Amino acid sequence: MARRVKLILQAAAVLVVASLVVLLGWQVARQEEGRGLAAALERGERPLAPQLEFETLEGDGTIRLSDYRGKAVVLNFWASWCEPCKKEAPLLQETWERYRGDGLVVLGIDAQDFRSDAADFVARYGLTYPIAYDGNGASLGRFGNTGFPETWFMGRDGRLVGEHIVGEFGREQLEENVRAALGTAR
Amino acid sequence: MRRLAALLVVALLAASCGGGDDESPTLAELEKKFICPTCQTTLELSNAPVADRMRGFIRERIAAGDSESEISAALVAQFGEEVLAAPPKEGFNLLAWVLPLAGAAAAIGALGVALRRWSRTRTEPGAAVAPSANGRPPLDPELERRLDEELARFDG
Repeated sequence: MARRVKLILQAAAVLVVASLVVLLGWQVARQEEGRGLAAALERGERPLAPQLEFETLEGDGTIRLSDYRGKAVVLNFWASWCEPCKKEAPLLQETWERYRGDGLVVLGIDAQDFRSDAADFVARYGLTYPIAYDGNGASLGRFGNTGFPETWFMGRDGRLVGEHIVGEFGREQLEENVRAALGTAR
Repeated sequence: MRRLAALLVVALLAASCGGGDDESPTLAELEKKFICPTCQTTLELSNAPVADRMRGFIRERIAAGDSESEISAALVAQFGEEVLAAPPKEGFNLLAWVLPLAGAAAAIGALGVALRRWSRTRTEPGAAVAPSANGRPPLDPELERRLDEELARFDG
């Protein structure tokens, strides 16, 4: 009887340790997935964008990246407390107004921010493009982002294209990447 | 074993009652209880812009007379449960509190059992040996034999 109890306890201990190892491996794999996206783009590859789902900033619905299949998407990660984000906002609004008829969506992803601060920011800069809210910033790791702002471009086929821009972009740089995203086949 | 169970219950109760005054918290207390989402350290250790904003928010809520639980709920609504430095003591998160205590209790129990077995195996072979005249435990037979030999050689 004592031997059976001992065996059960040993099996339970092995199971606990194995579960912890699997959990650790899963976490590391997810982090690597994010880091791998930028590296793949630099090699000229076009990796699939992570399939993420967000709440809208207003909290009245959800935004899935997969909903934009068939559209070219500018994914701009920002926060209201980020200074360069304030300079980018008018350019993004201009780009959205100019290219939306061609099938471009500008998606702002507000992360690690207070919802009310983000709403004030949106009102101050008159942003009308969709804004997703990611309070705890879970999506940042999925893309391998390390700060704000960071911008990615998704083609009509759901694959990333062009540059991964870390920090503030310039007008020409934005234009060039938007054209690359619009030029992708469905 | 009963003592261990009692200790576990007391530790759990202490853990669930721990913490400061919920009704009138201070910024210094709360800075230790929330994590800055950017740098993943407690607010007291962070100088990130979002941490400054969170401190400002906490100050405003304290001034408005909010309790610690109300401030905590407001921050969780914005940043998710990850903003809490310690997991809440309810539901699945309760495991984070119970498992370390249960693990410690199990380790102490296992150590107790091992010690008892070890002391039993040490005393069993000597159980038949009569106690020595000075009341101290008898010498190991091998040691006694060598001692006798040495004494005989010394006398000789």
